[in-house]
Formats: sequence, C-alpha cells, structure tokens
Amino acid sequence: MMMPEPIQARFANALLAPERPLPPGFVTWNGSDPSVRFDVYRNNVVVSLTAALADGFPVTRALVGEPFFAAMARCFVVEHLPESPILTDYGDALPDFIAAFPPAHGLAYLPDLARLERARVKAYHAADARALTAEDLAPHLADPQRLPATRLVFHPSSTLLVSEHAIVSLWAAHQGQGRIEDVELHRAESALVLRDGDEVQVLPLALAIARFLAALAAGTPLGEAAEIATATAPDFDLVQALALLIHHGGITAWKPSGELAA
Amino acid sequence: MTTIAPPAAAVGIGLKAQHVREVIDLKPTLDFFEVHAENYMGAGGPALRHLTRIRERFPLSIHGVGLSIGGSAPLDRAHLDRLATLLQRFEPCWFSEHLAWSSHGGAFYNDLLPLPYNTATLARVCDHIDEVQERLGRRLLLENPSTYVEFVASTMDEGGFLAEVATRTGCGLLLDLNNAYISAVNHGRDPWDSIAALPAAAVGEFHLAGFAEDRDGAGDRLLIDTHGAPVAEAVWDLYRRTLRHLGPRPTLIERDQAIPPLAILVAEAECARSALVDAAAWLEAA
Repeated sequence: MMMPEPIQARFANALLAPERPLPPGFVTWNGSDPSVRFDVYRNNVVVSLTAALADGFPVTRALVGEPFFAAMARCFVVEHLPESPILTDYGDALPDFIAAFPPAHGLAYLPDLARLERARVKAYHAADARALTAEDLAPHLADPQRLPATRLVFHPSSTLLVSEHAIVSLWAAHQGQGRIEDVELHRAESALVLRDGDEVQVLPLALAIARFLAALAAGTPLGEAAEIATATAPDFDLVQALALLIHHGGITAWKPSGELAA
Repeated sequence: MTTIAPPAAAVGIGLKAQHVREVIDLKPTLDFFEVHAENYMGAGGPALRHLTRIRERFPLSIHGVGLSIGGSAPLDRAHLDRLATLLQRFEPCWFSEHLAWSSHGGAFYNDLLPLPYNTATLARVCDHIDEVQERLGRRLLLENPSTYVEFVASTMDEGGFLAEVATRTGCGLLLDLNNAYISAVNHGRDPWDSIAALPAAAVGEFHLAGFAEDRDGAGDRLLIDTHGAPVAEAVWDLYRRTLRHLGPRPTLIERDQAIPPLAILVAEAECARSALVDAAAWLEAA
C-alpha cells in the first residue's frame, strides 16, 4: 500500500480553498507570509483553466460578458477539475453546469449554445475518417430496393444538436451572419456540427431532417428514419437530406444489409 | 521520416497555433520547433496534420506538461501510452518534462506545482523517470521549475537534487534559465549556485522566456513565470555566462501569453544564436 502523501494532499486541497488558512510546512527565505506566494499557484490554476474554457466557448463568453464568464468558470473549475492533462477534452460538463447555475437561469438558450460550441471543439479534434463520396454511393443509390433497410455510419466528428432555442442563429450572428437583434430566441433550431475537410461546419437543419438524422444516428434504418421525418413534415425530402450529408462528408459507412459498424 | 539532428548552435521557438500557417509557408530561419505534447493528443483533425507538415521541414522537440513526474501517485499509464504514440509518430529530437507535479487524486491542476527536495522525493522522482524512459525507450530531459514557496521538508537544494536525479536515472536536463533566475530571486539565492551544481554532460537544452514581477508579503521581489514577455536582460546575462561554463546547447524561446508576430520571436531566437556563436568562439579561443 502506498504511504499517504500529506504534503501534496494538503497542497492540492489548499489550491481551491483560498478562504482557508495555508497548511503548515512552507518556509520563505525572508520570513514573509507564504500565503502571498501560495496565491500565485491558486491564481495559476483558476486563471489557466478559465482560459482553457474561454478558448472553447467564445460565443457563450460574448453573450454573458467576460466578468460573468470568468466568475462562472471559477465556480465550474472548483467543482470540475480536468480529469486528464488534455485540455481540449475539458469542458464537456460546462453546458449542464450552466443549466444548473442560478445566475444564468434568465438565459434559457445558454446551455444549448454552449453544447454547440463544445461540439465544434470536439469536431475539430475528432478522429479522421474517409467520408464516402457521391461516386462511392452512386451504386447504392441506384438500387432503391435495398435503401429502406440501409443503415449509415456518421463521421466521428458529427454531433446533432436539437434545441428549443435559436442557438444556430445566435451562433451565426456572432460569426457576422445576421444581426443578433433579429434573432427570435424562442424559435426551436437544430444543427449538425461536423468537420468537413479542415473546417468545422455548423449546418442549420429543418426539424424533419434533424429527426431523420437523429434516427439514423441511433441505428434506425433509412426507411424507418424517413417515415419519422415525414411524420414531422410531410414535404420531407429524403434525397435533399442525403445530399446534404454526402456534400459535407458526413457518411463514413453505408450498410445495405443493415449491419452496424463496431 | 528520419530524425534530423540540428546543429550545436541550434535555436528554436515554441510553435503557436496562430503561427502555423506562416511557418509552413515561409519556413523561417529556425533550427527546430517545440510543441506541448498535450496539445497534440486529440484523435485526429487539422492540428495533427499541420504538425506533420512542420515535421517534414523542421526537427521537433516535444515538451510534456502533464506527466506529473513529481507527483506522489503512480504515473498515469494511459498518459504515458499517449506520449509513446505521439513520440513514435513525430520522432522528435528531444522529449522533455518537468520536475513538478500537476495531478493529484485523479484531478489535473494545469500548473507545475513544487515538491520538497529530500531522499524520499528523490527516490520517487527517479522511479518515475526510470518508468518513463523505459516505456518511451528514450532519454528524457528534465526541466528545473520556477517556484514560489519552499518546504520545511526539503533537505537538498534544487541543483543538487537535479544532479542526483540525472546521475541515478541517466536522464538529461533541460536548463530553463528563466526558471533558474526566477527561483533564485524568489528564494533569495544566487542563481549561479544551482547552475554550477548541474553535471555539464547531462544538460541537453536551454529554455529562455520572460517573467512578470510582483512583491511578496515582505515587499521583496516575487517573479512570476508567465512566458508573456521578452527574455529579461538579467536572464540573457545568465544565459551568456552559462554558455561559457557549459558550452552551446540547442536553445528555445518560449512564449505562451501575449504572443507577438512570428518575426519578433524569430528575432529573439536569433539573439540566442548570436550568444551561442559568441560562446563557441570564446571557448575555442580559451
């Protein structure tokens, strides 16, 4: 059994508890109060992790303002330290934290907007996979009898977002597309986030296409997914929905016999 | 892909995302680039592709910031595996890590935290370095930290501790002169004491960076390692003196905050090259 390491455990505990007095065991050459020096470490931890979060949530930050974001990030950091040194993996829990963060309750759209931003970061770093092209799929599409039982595998960078709020328009307005004053916040919006080449795309989706993609992502075959979409909007266009996916490199496997990739 | 050894008077800079395009297109007059290992541990995507393109043109140094070699817990085997994969893929000239800890109780603190220097921590650090070198199949360069507090439990000075680690494990040392200067000022010592204690043959790379200045509770200077400013004149002086003492080694300019245009960092690296060339000439004449 490992011996406990009181020095390191005490040090770690003191890092996130600035209100508590410093544990014993420190010495300074000039006899000055070590807590002033220890505060450098406390500051480094919170400021560097806040900066790591800030990098991944630029629109969330712009919507609430820097002081609010910094204060919220500080609360988040204390409760959710990273579990690994790979900081691009840090922040998965922030959207749920925002949803439960009382000072942000007035901004109902904020958790889903943060989910969209998190999906973008994950898309950027997701595994590479060759997307199927229109040429690859032409023989399959020419065999309509097998289409209904076909299952698709999406690119590893893909995340489908379905929101009760206008998160896609809000995000786009911060990229210079449309005016933020014109965004109807209570309009439900959906998007597919994925990496197309080197670029992360946020593709706005009609609700029927979003439900179609959600069904496919859950392993539902094409025929059944199209029925779900048509029940949402009778004018759902299967060809258009597939064309969108193919055009942006969203499909990495096409399984006519219905088996799923491991 | 073969490993290209840069010349003895080699200078490099830390690669920043905003400079990647310019580095690929313009191929600046640098001998190598250094990257933080943990920034390239995603599953895929453009960041890894860009680094591959840079590696086709320049030697790389891979600098870890998350292994927690000074930690009381066992090393994170999964992280060590990720490092092995990264080193295999990019075949860097050097791999370096820190005499510090950054994880505890399953949490990562994202800072290089200090440890006491005594026989117990010496044994643990050596065990960890043995494990790292064995798993990675290569020599590690261990970097001296900048520190703000010292421990009652320390019984060795930092230079002596690092020298003993290098002797016992066969690891190399990365001498960060900014850190050596910061720690010396922060603890009321002469920076030369810790540098003179290092075994010359073990030192494999130098780091240079800038600091911020604050005051401690007694009103004395407290220097903070920010990597957010040009190299201070006092650190250049220490660097030049060290070059005459140890001889030239590949030297890196680090900047992680307030990042200037690429040309500014290249110019700073060229100042280091001048110092390396001067020192080589002085040593030859001596």
